Amino acid sequence: MSHAGHRDDLLRVEDLTTRFYTEEGQVNAVESVSFDVRDNEILGIVGESGSGKSVTALSAIDLVDSPGKITGGEVWLRDAELAGEFRGDKPEAVDGDFVDLRQLPTGVRRALRGPKFSMIFQDPMSSFNPSLTVGEQIAEAVEVQRRASANPRSTRSRTQGYGLGKLLVDSVVPGRKYTSDESHERAIELLDQVGIPDPVERADEYPHQFSGGMLQRAMVAQALAGEPDVLFADEPTTALDVTIQAQILDLLRDIQQEQGMSVVLITHDLGVIARMCDRVGVMYAGEVVERGSLEAVFDDPTHPYTQGLLGSIPDVDDPAPRLEPIEGNVPNLLDSEMPDRCYFADRCPKAMEACLEHPEERAVEGDRRHTARCVLADDEYDPERALDESQFEGGDGE
Amino acid sequence: MSFDVETDEVEYEGSLVEVEDLEKYYYENDTLFDRVLGREPTAVRAVDGVSFEVQEGETLGLVGESGCGKSTTSETLLGLREATGGSVRFKGRDVFRMTGSERTEFRQDAQIVFQDPFSSLDPRMTVGEIVTEGLRIHGLAGGEERTERAKDLLERVGLSARHADRYPHEFSGGQRQRIGIARALALDPEFVVLDEPVSALDVSVQAQVLNLLEDLQEEFGLTYLFVAHDLSVVRHISDRVAVMYLGKVVETGPVDEIFENPQHPYTQALLDSVPRASVEEYGRRGGTLEGDVPSPRNPPPGCRFHTRCPHARDACTKELPPDYDTGERHEAACFRVDADHEYWESEPLPHASETGEGTSVGGGIADSSD
Ligand code: SF4
Ligand code: SF4
Repeated sequence: MSHAGHRDDLLRVEDLTTRFYTEEGQVNAVESVSFDVRDNEILGIVGESGSGKSVTALSAIDLVDSPGKITGGEVWLRDAELAGEFRGDKPEAVDGDFVDLRQLPTGVRRALRGPKFSMIFQDPMSSFNPSLTVGEQIAEAVEVQRRASANPRSTRSRTQGYGLGKLLVDSVVPGRKYTSDESHERAIELLDQVGIPDPVERADEYPHQFSGGMLQRAMVAQALAGEPDVLFADEPTTALDVTIQAQILDLLRDIQQEQGMSVVLITHDLGVIARMCDRVGVMYAGEVVERGSLEAVFDDPTHPYTQGLLGSIPDVDDPAPRLEPIEGNVPNLLDSEMPDRCYFADRCPKAMEACLEHPEERAVEGDRRHTARCVLADDEYDPERALDESQFEGGDGE
Repeated sequence: MSFDVETDEVEYEGSLVEVEDLEKYYYENDTLFDRVLGREPTAVRAVDGVSFEVQEGETLGLVGESGCGKSTTSETLLGLREATGGSVRFKGRDVFRMTGSERTEFRQDAQIVFQDPFSSLDPRMTVGEIVTEGLRIHGLAGGEERTERAKDLLERVGLSARHADRYPHEFSGGQRQRIGIARALALDPEFVVLDEPVSALDVSVQAQVLNLLEDLQEEFGLTYLFVAHDLSVVRHISDRVAVMYLGKVVETGPVDEIFENPQHPYTQALLDSVPRASVEEYGRRGGTLEGDVPSPRNPPPGCRFHTRCPHARDACTKELPPDYDTGERHEAACFRVDADHEYWESEPLPHASETGEGTSVGGGIADSSD
């Protein structure tokens, strides 16, 4: 593994694949997705609804619940200590300082949530238990982290089932005062750190007493409780108004830099990506169809889907006369309906005969770190070889 | 630009739609039980004295963040909610006093497309029935004719005639929004309120629907009130823009003026906040406004923006700024536009960091150079 990576890699996800087994059939939510997260960077994952971007994040930190299942792939985390621990028992799960989390026992994997990975979600309201004060819930996250680092197998959280609480696992008598004064103080510090005014008073308030923006800050505070190395932020500002979104994005950047952590920012908003991210992966139909530096993807997009996305958004600084949308609709990812060709071919204005074979991820000419799952990465569009529409019976543009 | 007024009956002066001092209050703590307990009802001033006009053939963008009252404004001006005060004129006639045939006519001439393509279509009706329901209610076409009309409308909005017999759940979000648009067009309206029509859609589909709306406007000579929170979309589609904050319009003007020469500090902050999809955006800080929008239950006195405005001074807390002319058909409700206002002598509020000098805005009435 290590030979292909970048020296600052912290996390390397390889060929991650997640399926959902629903009544309608098997849904290929994440299809052989690879990306890497470097030290101290913000990696963006952008896609429309149904592109698999959220499930990709959940899969990377092993939070996929039934009827979903991770069916393949590797998640290599750089952790010298862990690597040392497993080098003898499980040599195949260790590569240098990297450990493949997918090969580790569940308990060990879970104990990494908090200190290694944390996550914030789009809707802070559903991430907090409405009947506990915000301070208590953050203190609890602090407590869970402390206990987890002391004994990975004995933690239970009353915020379980509420967003981040899902990250935290198991076993304390309910009803007992659970958080120590120390954790409570730490919670107030965290609230202060994320810019909540009067943190001492606000800590004693309930989630419904917080505005959307303030609750989003509180969720960031909760996520920071374990001092994670990688924070996954799934549409963290989508539910917020634009002036509040701007505050939260500034906050995320400040926190990322102060803590020296890495952030994986998942969003549908190309503007948010451009403001925040060093590198970008574009997802379509469960696949990463293009990835590279912000400049490579935005200024030199290779995949026609990336080009189409960029052409679809109106520009606040320039009232372009006409938008150039991508025709048709996003596919539904049902395995039985997934064709064995490029998934974008039915909407692609440059589809050629070669696209009838499912393209591998390949480097874009001239830039090894810029890749696309598209024949155009190393070939030119040739109208002579173009596919005509009749190749796709029952397209959904109708 | 002038437009031929294509009505057979009414001649009117002024704009197609004229909204004046529109108010819509909701009351909380106003149940019988609350009254028994002697609780005072609290007024939520969702729309608090809003005025603007929409000219025939144009698109007016009504933009603001959630809770600013933009959707309530549009629903109230159509008479879908009862106004607390103010008036709305459609072709010169007072909408709230219309009766009989006048009212029926207005109900045909003015239509609305809602944000949520999932909840705004009756799941038990076929798409054909949904699209032509207005025709049925108004007794305008029956049987064969109605079916034909449904098919025409569906094709016009980019669906297929075959879709008339299907049900809404069989369609994607973008397709459902097309159905909602076809429904609004069935009665040949002149004026269509588009209430966040693309905000539930993915960007690739959003662009399709925006293009469709533009085509339909041109083809049928429609007038649009486009209500949205997304400034990029508003810039793209509007001819003129009205910006709302806490139940009031704070700035109106031609679209390029609003986006290139905004006069109100709130408009400026909104524009600053928007993340641009280009590499130059990288690392830019957009959080120029602190704090949250205050509750419309208890709006701040004076200028409603003073609790967040980076230029706020003591004078802003005392008096509500009137709409100042700042250029051709460009108005802004901020004292900074008035070079002689006592604002300039009063003390900056504690949260307003700078002194108010040396910024690009205010300090006199802007020259209207076009
Ligand atoms: S592989 Fe072919 S069909 Fe797919 S995106 Fe590239 S050019 Fe288009
Ligand atoms: S009147 Fe005062 S508070 Fe209101 S926008 Fe102008 S400067 Fe700001």
